[in-house]
Amino acid sequence: MDETPSASGRSNGPALSPETMKRAYRDMLLVRRFEEKAGQLYGMGLIGGFCHLYIGQEAVVVGIGLNMKQGDKSITSYRDHGQMLVAGMTPRGVMAELTGRSGGYSHGKGGSMHMFSREKEFYGGHGIVGAQVALGTGLAFANKYRGTDEVSIVYFGEGASAQGQVYESFNLAALHKLPCIYVIENNRYGMGTSIERASASKDLSRNGEPWGIASRKVDGMDIFAVHEAAQEAMEYCRSGKGPFLLEMETYRYRGHSMSDPAKYRQRAEVEEMRRTRDPIEMLKAEMLRSGIEESVFKDIETDVKAIVADATEFAQTSPEPDVSELWTDILVEA
Amino acid sequence: MASLILMPALSPTMTEGTLARWVRKAGDTVAAGDVIAEIETDKATMEVEAVDEGVIGKTLVDEGTQNIAVNTPIAVLLAEGEDASAADNVVRSSDPAVGAPVAIETPSDPAITEAPAVAQAEDDRDWGETSEITVRQALRDAMAAELRRDEDVFLIGEEVAQYQGAYKISQGLLEEFGEKRVIDTPITEHGFTGMAVGAALTGLKPIVEFMTMNFSLQAIDHIINSAAKTLYMSGGQMGCSIVFRGPNGAAARVGAQHSQCFASWYAHIPGLKVVAPWSAADAKGLLRAAIRDPNPVIVLENEILYGQKFPCPVDEDFILPIGRAKIEREGTDVTLVAFSIMVGVALEAAAILADEGISAEVINLRSIRPLDTETIVRSVKKTNRIVSVEEGWPVAGIGAEICTVAVEQAFDWLDAPPARVCGLDLPMPYAANLEKLALPKPEWVVDAVRKQLRD
Repeated sequence: MDETPSASGRSNGPALSPETMKRAYRDMLLVRRFEEKAGQLYGMGLIGGFCHLYIGQEAVVVGIGLNMKQGDKSITSYRDHGQMLVAGMTPRGVMAELTGRSGGYSHGKGGSMHMFSREKEFYGGHGIVGAQVALGTGLAFANKYRGTDEVSIVYFGEGASAQGQVYESFNLAALHKLPCIYVIENNRYGMGTSIERASASKDLSRNGEPWGIASRKVDGMDIFAVHEAAQEAMEYCRSGKGPFLLEMETYRYRGHSMSDPAKYRQRAEVEEMRRTRDPIEMLKAEMLRSGIEESVFKDIETDVKAIVADATEFAQTSPEPDVSELWTDILVEA
Repeated sequence: MASLILMPALSPTMTEGTLARWVRKAGDTVAAGDVIAEIETDKATMEVEAVDEGVIGKTLVDEGTQNIAVNTPIAVLLAEGEDASAADNVVRSSDPAVGAPVAIETPSDPAITEAPAVAQAEDDRDWGETSEITVRQALRDAMAAELRRDEDVFLIGEEVAQYQGAYKISQGLLEEFGEKRVIDTPITEHGFTGMAVGAALTGLKPIVEFMTMNFSLQAIDHIINSAAKTLYMSGGQMGCSIVFRGPNGAAARVGAQHSQCFASWYAHIPGLKVVAPWSAADAKGLLRAAIRDPNPVIVLENEILYGQKFPCPVDEDFILPIGRAKIEREGTDVTLVAFSIMVGVALEAAAILADEGISAEVINLRSIRPLDTETIVRSVKKTNRIVSVEEGWPVAGIGAEICTVAVEQAFDWLDAPPARVCGLDLPMPYAANLEKLALPKPEWVVDAVRKQLRD
C-alpha cells in the first residue's frame, strides 16, 4: 500500500512538471493569502455580512483549474473566493466586491457570496445551498446544446449533498449525458454538523451510482491526486460519456463563516490537519524533493504578497457604488 | 514594526463585545493562527486568532472588559527584535480612524429612494385582419414562431414532446423542431427549472412549461433567487432570458392543491415580469413578447380559457408589448380592472350593468408586472369609481395593489371607496356547489358596483 500522504511524506498522484508545480503553488498560495487578508478585513469591519473562507481547501480548486481550458464553465456555493481567483478573475475586483465598492465585480451589489464573470465563464457565487448544482447542470446542458466539448465544473459541499435537487440534477445529467463534473468538496462539516451526523450515505463518491455516474474519491489535500482525478474526469466528460462525480476529501481550517463559535470540533483536530495535511506544505515538500530551490518559494511569496496588498489597497480606495446603482440592473432594457 | 491588534468584528451584526479571556499574555510569542483571546460577541464566545507573527508587547484591555467597540486597539504586537517601548510608541501614534468602516450615507432625497419612472411600453397598434382561434392554438403558434425565429429558444417540461403537452399546448412542436429543442423531462420541477435557468445564464432562451403553475412552487427558489436576482447581483453582467409558463388558477373540480392563482406571488418580485393573457390575441402576442424579452417572464395561462375562441391577428409579425393594458370596453361610470379569465367575468358584469343604465369601462391588464398604472389612473379619473376583479385570494392580492394605485394617484377623483372582488379566502373545495361559491362571478361585480353607486 502507498504510505499515507502527509506534509512530509510523498504525494499519491503522478509527478507534475516543475512549471506546473510552480503555477499550482503560486495559485494555492494566492488563494490562502487572499483569504487570510479577507479575514483580517472582516475583523476590521471593512467586509460585512457573511464571509466564508476557503483556507485549507486550496488543492481542490487549483488542481481542477490546472485541467480547465478556455470555455469551460464553473459554478459554486458561497465559499467562492478561491474558485473566482482560479477562474482568472482579478484579486482587485474580487476584494473590492468583498468591501462593497464600485470596483468590485458586481459594483458592490453582490458581495462575498454573489460574484460572476461572463468573460471568465464563472457563474457564481450562490447563497442557497445546492442551488448551484441544478444551475451548473444547466451550464453543461448549454454546452451540449451548442455542440461544444466544453465542460461544466459544479462545486458543492458535502452538506449540500443532502439537498434533493442534487439528485434531480444527477438524474437529468445522466439521462442527457451532460458534460458535467460534480465536485463534492467534503470538508467534513456542513456549518457545524459533521458528515457523520448528516449523511446516512457514508461514501459520498457513490452517491451517483443509482444513475450510473462514474466517480472517484480523491485526497483533496493532495494537488497531485486532485490533478490526476480531474484529468480523468475531464477526458471522460469531453468525450461525451456523461457526468462524472469527484468526492474531494478536504478540510476547512476556519469556521463555516466568520461568526463560527467552533464548538463542534476540537482545536487539536484543526491543528493536526494543518500540521500533517496542509496542501500547500505538501506541495512545497514535493517540490523541494524534486530539486526546486528555496529561493523560488521566497519569490512566489513576495509576488503573492504584493498582489494581495495591491488588491487590499484597491478594495479600500475604490469608492462606494454611486447611489444611481441602486436602480440599475434590475431588468435588462428590452 | 510594532502594530496594533484591534477588537475584531466577529459576526455580521457585532458592534462591540466583551474580552472574556486573554489566552496569551504580554511577552508571549505568537504565530499566525494562534488563539490569543476569547471574545464574547452578540452570538457566541469566539476565539480570536493572531493574523501576523510576533510577540505580544502589551495588552491594552483587561479580561472581563465589556462593551469594547469593534476596531478599538486591544493589544500591541511587536515584530522580531523590538522591545516593549515600541509598544508605547505605536499606541500613542495610533489614529482612531484607522480601519474604521466608512460611514453609510442614507440619502432622503426621493429622487434616490423612489423607483425611477419606467418608459411606457408602446401602445398596441392595429394589426388588421383577424381569424378565430383558440387560446391553445395561439400559445402553440407563438412558441412555434419563436422556435423558428431563434435557434437559442427551446421548450422544456413534463410531457411537452411525445405526449404533445399535458394540455395539448405543444402539439406538433416535437415533429417540427426535434427532440433537441422540445425536451421531455422527468417529474422534477426543482431540477429542470434550475437546469433551465443555468442554461439561460449562458444566453440560451428556455421556455419552461409547468404542467400547472401549482408545481412551480417546487421550483420557486430558482425562479426568484436564481433567475430574478442574478442580473442585479452580477452588476448587470448576467441576464436570464427565460419564460416560465403554464395554466394558473382554478380549473374545475381539481381541489385545493391544483386551484390557486400565483399572480400576487410572482408580481411581488423585482427582476421578474408577469403577464396574464385572456384572449387568443393576448396569448399569442404576450407569449411571443415574453420569449423575446431578455428578462425572466412568468406567463400565467388559464386552463378553462385554452379551448375558448377569440379573434386573433393573422399578421405573421403580430406581437404585443409587455406592460400595456387594454381597454376591452369603454364606459363612463365605473372602471372594472381584471386579468386572465376574470376579464370575461368583468365583461359579463358590464353587460348586466348596461341593462341597468350603468356604463362600465373594462380594463384587461394583460401585464401584472410591470402594471400599466397609467391606463388605470386615466380611466379612474374619467369614471370616478374602481372595482378590481381577480380569481385569487384577497389578502395582499393584485386587487389590493390596484386599489392602492387608485387611492395614491387618483384620490381626489374618487366618488366611492375602491372595491375588490376576489376569490373567497379559503382553500378551494372539491364539491361542485362549494367550488362554485368560492369563485367570483359577474353578480359579485355587479353588486360591488351597485354599492359604490348607492353609497
